[in-house]
Amino acid sequence: MSQTTARPAHLQHHFTDVHQQAESAKLGIWIFLLTEVLLFGGLFCFYAIYRSWNPDMFHNAHAFLNVWMGATNTVVLIVSSLTMALAIRSMQLGRRKHTIVFLAGTVLLACVFMVIKYFEYSHKIHLGQLPGKWYFFEGIAGTNPHIFFSAYFLMTGLHGFHVLGGIAVITWLIIKTARGSFSPEYYTPIEMTGLYWHLVDLIWIFLFPLFYLIG
Amino acid sequence: MEHTIPEKHYLNEATGWKSWLMTLDHKRIGILYMIMVMFSFFLGGVFALLLRWELISPDKILMGPEMYNQAFSLHGIIMIFLFIIPSIPAILGNFVMPLMIGAKDVAFPRLNLASWYIYVIGFCFAVYALFTGGIDTGWTFYTPYSSETTTAVIPILTAAFVLGFSSIFTGLNFIVTIHKLRAPGMTWFQLPLFVWAIYATALIQVLATPVLGITLALLMLERVVGIGIFDPAMGGDPVLFQHFFWFYSHPAVYIMILPGMGIISELIATFSHRRIFGYKFIAFSSLGIAFTGFLVWGHHMFVSGQSDFAAVIFSFLTFFVGIPSGIKILNWMATMYKGSISLDTPMLWALSFLILFSIGGFTGIILGTLSIDVHLHDTYFVVSHFHYVMVGGTVMAIFGGLHYWWPKIWGRMYNETLARIAVVLIFVGFNVTFFVQFIMGTQGMPRRYATYLPQFQGMHGFSSIGALIMGVGFLLIAIYLIHAIFKGKPSGPNPWKALTMEWETPSPPRAGNFEGAQRLTHGPYDYDKVVPENALKQYKTL
Repeated sequence: MSQTTARPAHLQHHFTDVHQQAESAKLGIWIFLLTEVLLFGGLFCFYAIYRSWNPDMFHNAHAFLNVWMGATNTVVLIVSSLTMALAIRSMQLGRRKHTIVFLAGTVLLACVFMVIKYFEYSHKIHLGQLPGKWYFFEGIAGTNPHIFFSAYFLMTGLHGFHVLGGIAVITWLIIKTARGSFSPEYYTPIEMTGLYWHLVDLIWIFLFPLFYLIG
Repeated sequence: MEHTIPEKHYLNEATGWKSWLMTLDHKRIGILYMIMVMFSFFLGGVFALLLRWELISPDKILMGPEMYNQAFSLHGIIMIFLFIIPSIPAILGNFVMPLMIGAKDVAFPRLNLASWYIYVIGFCFAVYALFTGGIDTGWTFYTPYSSETTTAVIPILTAAFVLGFSSIFTGLNFIVTIHKLRAPGMTWFQLPLFVWAIYATALIQVLATPVLGITLALLMLERVVGIGIFDPAMGGDPVLFQHFFWFYSHPAVYIMILPGMGIISELIATFSHRRIFGYKFIAFSSLGIAFTGFLVWGHHMFVSGQSDFAAVIFSFLTFFVGIPSGIKILNWMATMYKGSISLDTPMLWALSFLILFSIGGFTGIILGTLSIDVHLHDTYFVVSHFHYVMVGGTVMAIFGGLHYWWPKIWGRMYNETLARIAVVLIFVGFNVTFFVQFIMGTQGMPRRYATYLPQFQGMHGFSSIGALIMGVGFLLIAIYLIHAIFKGKPSGPNPWKALTMEWETPSPPRAGNFEGAQRLTHGPYDYDKVVPENALKQYKTL
């Protein structure tokens, strides 16, 4: 069999064409996101069960979360999703510099998110609003208020790890983009990271009302 | 006709240990998995023999109760997480599935290699736990005991957690491969049934394993940090752990059995030389089992104090799993009916599977019946049922598959006489070991005890003899299979004269699997239309 059409450098040997390769990557990342949803699903289940058992305690405890900080972080993450989408769009149009700027903006916003989270966490650690046996805050009525903070720290903590992971991957994308690895024909890693980043954003959009708003 | 080994194939196209440890070839990764997984099988088997040795007498022979608890926990954990879950998908799925669909590799070769390294890391954690205090919780890690025992719970949980990632990566890779990399012309209903089974398995791996991951993470946090989620003293609920655990671990038993069923479909069709009966029913019953498997986890918890209503629903739903499994068994028998059956070694394994898995399946229905389970719960009846399904089912299937594809993997044939003797040893040894355990179970012999009442002496002794017979059988298999790798007779590309695509390439195949692009010329079971020869793509049309 003769190879008449040239194979682009980014096409791996076991794919017939770039279309097949891109489609495979896309399906792969969607399945990965599904596993993420199920990973968090366990924790959402944990939240739902203990909330239904201790509705009053959850109501009293949630008042100790800072809605303004949570709301700011929500806006920060939504804007970072926008910059991520713009980074992909810029690469589709072949504007490499714009892509770098938007990716850098996404990393910056992610860092802002983590800094705000740091202030929230350290305040709670200071007051003793901590998970499980570490809890020593007094002033929340209801049984076992530490369970609320177990759920809070676990869920926002796991989400925070995902934000940190996103920062690492997007930084790697910036380096790759600067080196000219991507083009309007091939930008799959940016697009896939974008999907991941939107999921991280989406999970926060569920966490924010569940912890900060509904009581 | 004399066959020769092709001059160049995937085993010799690159040489040196680095070419193995850095390989991206799905066939080599399959072999890397084979080495590790079979070593784990050996390790778990040693623990099994130690347990049966101890149980020859109610008095202490080798180990006291604490040691015994550790031995059965390690036997379970090694066999489940290190052997049986990765076994068929990671070894044979990796090697055969891309060949079956005419692909050059899996969709993500690097991820495939990564999954093996992650498996090795998990393996190391398990071995580390073995040498730093062991583990005595059983493979189920039930709270509150698992958050209090002084044994090495954290390393073993880390091992299971890490191994989960390996399993997810394999599953994800296979789903994408089957969706996107099929040869031109190969529709979903022209896929070999092994591929359907691997696909259904991959769905469960991807959907269930993350829940196990988060459950084990929560248990680790409970133990290290004391988050209180499973601790009743802190308002937590230990039964919630059981729910989380079985939400994964029940579907996980289908991760263990479904690929085995896929192998049996191939074996029955090939050695009956007949079009498989009810192709679509077998294909969809795999998906049916995968789906139903997610809805029945509560049948492990009939005596845990879950609500009576939930228990009734779970019992009812459990019966539904019997339907797709029954469909498969009946279709396999219908395939053999009026077929021209050759009793080569792989077919003997398949027939063993049919008999043993049927017994395992029916006793599963008995255990799924709420009222009977209350009597049989935590007895040897459960132990025996589980082993009839997992050993009588999956292990028979994996050895059937290994014997079937051994000539494809290495290009050489094993000693057929020894192989038939081994099947008989395992079949007899297995029934001697486990059938009496059903009887002991109904008479109230509880599982996980280092000692027993004198009335069980005879049956326990009998069972231990069976374990010894099985041990000899597996040793024999190891000897002649390894011998075949180096000294076996060259097998030719299609020794069983089968029609699936993995036989349309030399044995062993080239690194890129096929010469040029592979095209579908006939269905996987068109035995009524074409007759294959043991030569490359040679068919007689009927």
